[in-house]
Amino acid sequence: MKLRWALVISLVIAGPMLMAGPAAAQEKEQWLPLLCYRTGPYAPGGSGLCGGFEDYIDLINLKGGVEGIKLKWEECETAYSPPRGVECYERTKQEHGGACVHHPRATGITYALTERATADKIPLMTLGYGRADAQAGGDIFPYVFPLVTTYWSQVTGKIKYIAQREGGLEELKGKKIALLYIDVAYGQETIPVLKTLAAKYGFELGLFPVPPPGLEQSAQWLDIKRRFKADWVINRNWGISCTVPLKEAARVGFPRDHIIGVWWCGSEEDVVPAGPAAKGYISTNFHGVGQNFPVIQEILDQIYMKGKGNLPVTRVGTVYYNRGVIEGIMTVEALRTAYKEFGAKPVTGEQVKWALEHLNIDAARLKEIGAQGFMPPIKTSPTDHEGGGWVRFQQWDGTKWVPIGDWVTPMKEVVAEQVKKSAAEYAAKKKEEK
Amino acid sequence: MFYRETGVFKTTYATDMELFPLPLDKIGFAVCILFAFLIVPFFASHYLLVSIFIPFLVFSLAALGLNILTGYAGQLSLGHAGFMAVGAYATVVMYNRYDVPLPLALLGAGAITAVVGSTFGLPSLRIKGFYLAVSTLAAQLIIEWVITHVKWISGGVYSTVDIRALEFMGWKIDTAPEKYYVALVIVVVMALFAKNLMRSRIGRAWMSIRDMDVASEIIGISQFKYKVLAFAVSSFYAGVAGGLVVAVYYGSANIEEFHLMLSFEILGMVIIGGMGSILGSFLGAAFMTLLPIFIDLSISSISHNIVDLSKVFTPDLMANAKNMIFGALIIFFLAVEPLGLARLWNTIKDYLRLWPFPY
Repeated sequence: MKLRWALVISLVIAGPMLMAGPAAAQEKEQWLPLLCYRTGPYAPGGSGLCGGFEDYIDLINLKGGVEGIKLKWEECETAYSPPRGVECYERTKQEHGGACVHHPRATGITYALTERATADKIPLMTLGYGRADAQAGGDIFPYVFPLVTTYWSQVTGKIKYIAQREGGLEELKGKKIALLYIDVAYGQETIPVLKTLAAKYGFELGLFPVPPPGLEQSAQWLDIKRRFKADWVINRNWGISCTVPLKEAARVGFPRDHIIGVWWCGSEEDVVPAGPAAKGYISTNFHGVGQNFPVIQEILDQIYMKGKGNLPVTRVGTVYYNRGVIEGIMTVEALRTAYKEFGAKPVTGEQVKWALEHLNIDAARLKEIGAQGFMPPIKTSPTDHEGGGWVRFQQWDGTKWVPIGDWVTPMKEVVAEQVKKSAAEYAAKKKEEK
Repeated sequence: MFYRETGVFKTTYATDMELFPLPLDKIGFAVCILFAFLIVPFFASHYLLVSIFIPFLVFSLAALGLNILTGYAGQLSLGHAGFMAVGAYATVVMYNRYDVPLPLALLGAGAITAVVGSTFGLPSLRIKGFYLAVSTLAAQLIIEWVITHVKWISGGVYSTVDIRALEFMGWKIDTAPEKYYVALVIVVVMALFAKNLMRSRIGRAWMSIRDMDVASEIIGISQFKYKVLAFAVSSFYAGVAGGLVVAVYYGSANIEEFHLMLSFEILGMVIIGGMGSILGSFLGAAFMTLLPIFIDLSISSISHNIVDLSKVFTPDLMANAKNMIFGALIIFFLAVEPLGLARLWNTIKDYLRLWPFPY
């Protein structure tokens, strides 16, 4: 009896597999596989990212596609885990005429895919995560594009912002800046740049590692407040550990408007659980928040007003949603550039790579997209895979994120120096590996 | 009818000691091996090899390692992902930096992991069961910390080291079937070794410790020796599996691949597959690594061919539904057969012994 049940169940699962045939690929469609994480510990971020991306692509399709070519997207669930991500990548790369670009949407998956994607000639777009040194592009990282901005550009922007609040770069001398970071590769990533900056401007850098998953940070906060007596704190956590510092700071009485978070600690999901303790907290971002942008309004009109859309309408305009939209905009702009160069037919990864190296999204183009003020202008080249590196700051007023100040440019020389060093190290290691 | 002991006469000690005493078992095993060696690499697509067969083999080996420790020797470990990480980085450091030939690098990785594993196994002399599980949890955390913080191992902030092009005595291992063969040969050899080990004095000692440690100590089995040995052998398998992850699966050692959840997953493989069964390790690995992909493919094929589910359900629900189905299946299989999938296979065999007669 038991056996029979097992058999029936297996047949129910296996049946559709047997019936599945390859879906017919259409001529004028570009295949856009999506690696998403709607499950697992980081699902609040992943669902926003994917929902925003999909809504924007749907909007483009409603308007007739890119240069007349419709974009066909489908999700593959990675749960933020590298093995699942690799499986998704391998599964989707040859379907429907082949993938031409991928968003790994997780640093771990980016690392796991870097070599494969380079061998397969499929560009990886990593907006605001992944390897910061990949912005060097060229022969070392031909297929990795940390577009818009990277952690290293961001951290120089942060120091600039702190200097601005203190009254100038020379005022940084003798100030104490604490880096509170989750003690994994991602958390440690900005330490070398901060050390360079500390030496250059004479501020004191304190390192406060938090063991993952980072739910317990009271010891670090006592240290920051009582012993180190920090003037500023940089919050470099991820997921649930982003919220903890806000509560701890409230407990020890550290002013929230002197804590500056990384952009993965700067969403509604990170601050709402902290309640009133989060008020005044500042974080970086590389795109606008809220619904007051023509492109977001268009999504609301064209998609959500018609009862469609991939997320509850209340999430439209939140940080992660808008981050998905900016990923969508960058992808569509890359494809548009490629179609203009190579003709309006589905393009290959190599052609998208060319396009990504020749992006020029200026103010006029941003206006056409409806994204003025939503994102900074971007201009890339074969040796600049970042394309600007501008960041902006936002403050939590207790109910919503309010942008403060204008876009901040990174300290190009400092970042370039670090990128050069790190990319050279990587290249040397590669050579040794060959 | 075909599957029975009757008529199988053992006339020598050698036949009495055979791994597979029944002719049908022998044929079945041979067919499986031939299928794996001759059919799969030639007919499976690149995707199937790279994302299904190779990870299946690698995780089978890891599950086999834990099964030796937990299923046979009765010691729980939650540090096996950490041990795999040790093997992974050991392989990449030896192979990249010191030009150790690939098979030796993998063996060396196993040996280093065995040393690390038996060190963390020492507390097993004093503590048992869940308490031991918690102390091996420490192994996982300590290993992760050391790898991310010692630059000599992980090469800096990214903790990611790509392995250089695989090559052994002039043979360039760069296509998927070649990598599959590397994994397959290693897994088959190590599985046969484990199968034989369990029938030896060592295996019997382990099982006696598992079944009742006090009694086994009284009959003269050294607890110290055999418990540490169990940790060593088990971590050796985990280390080689970690090395294979780097060499033939990902192509790079990255600490994020070997997080705590993987330890739980490997333990899940052992429990679902069947504790104390070599076959069970393979079945469990198949269940845990392949079933989620299978469910995913089934849902998308239903969407393409029957009804478009994405029109009915929200994407969030769809993504989580896969986990729910997977969870439900775990509960279902464990409810039907608490002793694991391997036991299910034994039930089938018992049934076949009588078939077609009712008794």
